[in-house]
Amino acid sequence: MDSALLIHRLHFAFTVTYHYLFPQLTMGLALLIVILKTLALKTKDESYDRAARFWAKIFGINFIIGVVTGIPMEFQFGTNWSHFSRYAGGVIGQTLAMEGVFAFFLESTFLGLFLYGEKRLTKTQHWFAAFMVFVGSWLSGYFIVATDAWMQHPVGYQRVADGSVQLSSFWQLVLNPWAWWQYAHNMSGAVITGAFVMSAVGAFYLLSREHVQQGRIFVRVGVIAALIASVLQVFPTGDAQGRLVARNQPVTLAAMEALWETQPGAPLVIIGQPNVPEQKIDNPIVIPKALSFLTWRRWNAEVKGLNDVPKQDWPDSIPLLYFSYHVMVGLGTIFIAVSVIAAFLLWRQQLYNARWMLWILLLLFPLPYIANTAGWMTAELGRQPWLVYGLLRTVDGYSKMVSAGNAWFSFLGFLGMYTVLSILFLFLVRREIEHGPDPDPGPLAQKPGVVAAGPVEVR
Amino acid sequence: MSTLWFMIVAVMVAVYVLLDGFDIGAGAVHLFIAKNDAERRLVLRAIGPVWDGNEVWLLAAGGTLYFAFPLLYASSFSGFYLPLMMVLWLLMLRGIGIEFRTHIQDAVWKSFFDVIFGISSILLAIFFGAALGNVVRGVPLQADGYFFEPLWTNWRVGAQNGILDWYTVICGLVALATLVVHGSLYLAIKTEGDLNARARKVAGWFWPVQVLLTVVSLIATVYILPHVLNNYSRWPIGYLVPALVIGSLIYLYYAHSKRNDKGAFLASCAYIVGMLVGAAFALYPNVLPASTDSSFSLTIYNTAAGAHGLGVGFVWWTIGMILALGYFIFVYRMFRGKVKLEEGSGHGY
Repeated sequence: MDSALLIHRLHFAFTVTYHYLFPQLTMGLALLIVILKTLALKTKDESYDRAARFWAKIFGINFIIGVVTGIPMEFQFGTNWSHFSRYAGGVIGQTLAMEGVFAFFLESTFLGLFLYGEKRLTKTQHWFAAFMVFVGSWLSGYFIVATDAWMQHPVGYQRVADGSVQLSSFWQLVLNPWAWWQYAHNMSGAVITGAFVMSAVGAFYLLSREHVQQGRIFVRVGVIAALIASVLQVFPTGDAQGRLVARNQPVTLAAMEALWETQPGAPLVIIGQPNVPEQKIDNPIVIPKALSFLTWRRWNAEVKGLNDVPKQDWPDSIPLLYFSYHVMVGLGTIFIAVSVIAAFLLWRQQLYNARWMLWILLLLFPLPYIANTAGWMTAELGRQPWLVYGLLRTVDGYSKMVSAGNAWFSFLGFLGMYTVLSILFLFLVRREIEHGPDPDPGPLAQKPGVVAAGPVEVR
Repeated sequence: MSTLWFMIVAVMVAVYVLLDGFDIGAGAVHLFIAKNDAERRLVLRAIGPVWDGNEVWLLAAGGTLYFAFPLLYASSFSGFYLPLMMVLWLLMLRGIGIEFRTHIQDAVWKSFFDVIFGISSILLAIFFGAALGNVVRGVPLQADGYFFEPLWTNWRVGAQNGILDWYTVICGLVALATLVVHGSLYLAIKTEGDLNARARKVAGWFWPVQVLLTVVSLIATVYILPHVLNNYSRWPIGYLVPALVIGSLIYLYYAHSKRNDKGAFLASCAYIVGMLVGAAFALYPNVLPASTDSSFSLTIYNTAAGAHGLGVGFVWWTIGMILALGYFIFVYRMFRGKVKLEEGSGHGY
């Protein structure tokens, strides 16, 4: 545990994994809040406005933690991965700087309007503010995914004399085909998180028989969004992403499936633990020929195995990569199953009384977080041993000047800091959920000023 | 092209210091100026809606630095590893101090976050000043363009220096005094009554400290780095910058004595811009001088990204800035004329 490379990797892995717990919810919720605001405008039913207001509070807490944990990500490119930054900064500096210039200004300006301006704005203006927050957060996501996509599949660059790479085509970088599919896959993943969190809170209210009318809105909007996003997650986005990996990173695909030998009609492993020393899978359950079909659309197509690749080019943690991928796929399947059944019950108008299904929806909410995390681990572990695929190895990318001791120092600091953040976050979100959405003003509507005097308006 | 990007980054950094400077300064005096819950909420209300937007400039400036001068970003961020990690933690603590304080109406909870907010703001001001001091003084760069500074070595200005030595500590104190004045004046503009009087008083107390430290730091700079004046002899127009610094300090005192808070705040802005431009002017074309061997110094030429990338970047950077300006105008127009009707509502701080 005293290799500086390992600590720098853990440092980044920990801070980025923790960070992404928050943006995946805010990006998903941003879309759902726009949907709620749109429903409010179309139906003139102000209960949608109250729903949007409740989710804006959850959004706000998540957004703050997303911002404060996001700043370290940009810094770490320089602090912990300085050789990588020197090598690739001339290319990915473009997308990272564009995130700041195009997305952050937009997001921060309109978030203030959206969170604090409802009383001052007309309904359409407030809808527009929500829409721009959505645009800003999704734009931000695109620039980050485009940066990662370049590391997965470098395009639009040229090598120069000092050994670094520099931009040669802006449009190739920004329109990297890898980025489009990865972005679509990532964003539907974010919507899955937002949708299942929304339906879980709704299910909680229905099960506890509080805020029933709002709970029904949450469950209805959440389940429908979850159904659409879960299907898109597998097809076309997941499928296209997988086929890109098969074509451009065959060794990654082999490691994801723990496929040792190149073979026609390769099977798809459903269950089993990869046994790297003996090059087999323990207690396997497989679907014969399915991997060949999924990747090449032919049942007997040949799929490359790990043994056809020099060992130095294998991803360095095959079991973890294998499990990340299988956990992601397994959970994705569960999301489709649950959302199909829940949507069917909704259509038959039985969902709000089907307590067993509400319990499932309630207990399901941690799983999208795990699935999204596992998905990113698949992408990033699968890229190993490369930092920039085929160009720069991870071992050549970290800050050689920063010793393992100094990296441990800040790693431990972040562990402590994020523990505190987690406690605060859970505490504040629990409070908002316990408090619930504003009550229906009903026929005896009070003046807004009187409502605001209560403990409701804490922000 | 490199010189243009040097200016752009310098301007973005200056905008960041001006904007986040007043909310950091407000935080530094928060515990001393605001005596009770109502006043502390007023301080937070004065900066609450803007601090996040102000910090966006740090990210945008950092991103632009990364894009335009990748080697400078790589070298300085890894070399300043330890202080930057602490800056990150302080920024986090400050953010949650501002945002989470008012989530719970409880005296203990609130005073905890007040102290977090105050201390993290004070330390950030000192850290940023010391960081600028390090950039001016130079760092122990090696031939490969990298370095690593421990937090301190022997507190002397030499070849193998640490982040903190007597010179950078002075710079840290200059920054603290400057931002205390800057933040107090901002609060004076934004508040009335007791709070306004106290904010003004604090600005008055710290003005002489600021003047004294400015003089000390300028003398110290010329003493340890006689060559900082080279650019000034080469382009004598540069002497306008120290003139601006002196003039803004005098006008600050004058406006303050006339109870013209806005004038004093603008003078403080001019002072900050003057100090930053003066430093950038003295450094150019260096961006990170070496304390070891001047041939190892990082300059705009040996750290800049490729010409094609810089050219493309200028196009989208300009578009992005026009858009950002558009949002500000749009938001301003949306709020125009309605603010007075519901003064005090809206933000829950």
